Amino acid sequence: MERPDLKQALVRLLGPAEPELGCDECFAELDRYVELELAGADADAAVPGFQAHLAGCPACREEHESLRALVGGEQAL
Amino acid sequence: METVRPAIDLDSRRWLHDLRASGSTYDDAVARLHALLLRAARFEVARRRPTLPHLRGNELDDIALEAADDALVNVLRRLDSYRGLSRFTTWAYKFALLEAGVKLRRRAWQGREVPLEPESWALLAGGSPTPERELAQQELLGSLQRGIAEALTPHQRQVLVALALNGVPIDVLAERLETTRGALYKTLHDARRKLREHLAAAGISVEAWLEED
Repeated sequence: MERPDLKQALVRLLGPAEPELGCDECFAELDRYVELELAGADADAAVPGFQAHLAGCPACREEHESLRALVGGEQAL
Repeated sequence: METVRPAIDLDSRRWLHDLRASGSTYDDAVARLHALLLRAARFEVARRRPTLPHLRGNELDDIALEAADDALVNVLRRLDSYRGLSRFTTWAYKFALLEAGVKLRRRAWQGREVPLEPESWALLAGGSPTPERELAQQELLGSLQRGIAEALTPHQRQVLVALALNGVPIDVLAERLETTRGALYKTLHDARRKLREHLAAAGISVEAWLEED
């Protein structure tokens, strides 16, 4: 089997193929996106390019995961 | 056409009112906000703790406190940019998570050299099931290396290699190169686009490689 590293490296090197937000726009939309997600709404349709940016930016992806976990955890209490 | 503004929930309106007040109302609100931001920063530190085994508990506490302090300044400075599109607490949390995440990534790389030249091409090669596949893989890797060497500006090359190939966190590189995350990501985006164009011109289908199991 081929090394999974190669595919992962390609993803990291080439990033998302579709249009994406930048880091500043992603941060500006982060709170709205997370609340839409947790409410079961179509967050991707509401904030085009957000999901693509997360695919290309590990730092923004971490912040999205953290905010979702923090707010989602509070809502579950 | 008139813009319809979303209704801001009662709790968020109270936060805004109190943080724009004066005297003890303001002081109490700032104290509550700091406690909220500290909780978020500690949450982030706890999530990242397994990746930071060399940091002691008191160092992590200090990072959380510094993150909450910096986030407080940012939230108060940017209060007028809160649009009411989420609850105020969700909006405020993201500043604490950002500060904590940036500080943790930078601390993890403190004293480490930031590699700006390709380190790991050899790790990617090999493991192909057939000679034909091996050949196609060599062609892909060769084209990627040529694209990085020839199609990109020196700055684009440095940024792409450090971030995408060598795994340097974007905040760490931004600090070392004295720039911002947003500016670096723009450079990364442009470099990726050029590299895709280079591969397409060489007749290599990126999608075929990415879609394979």
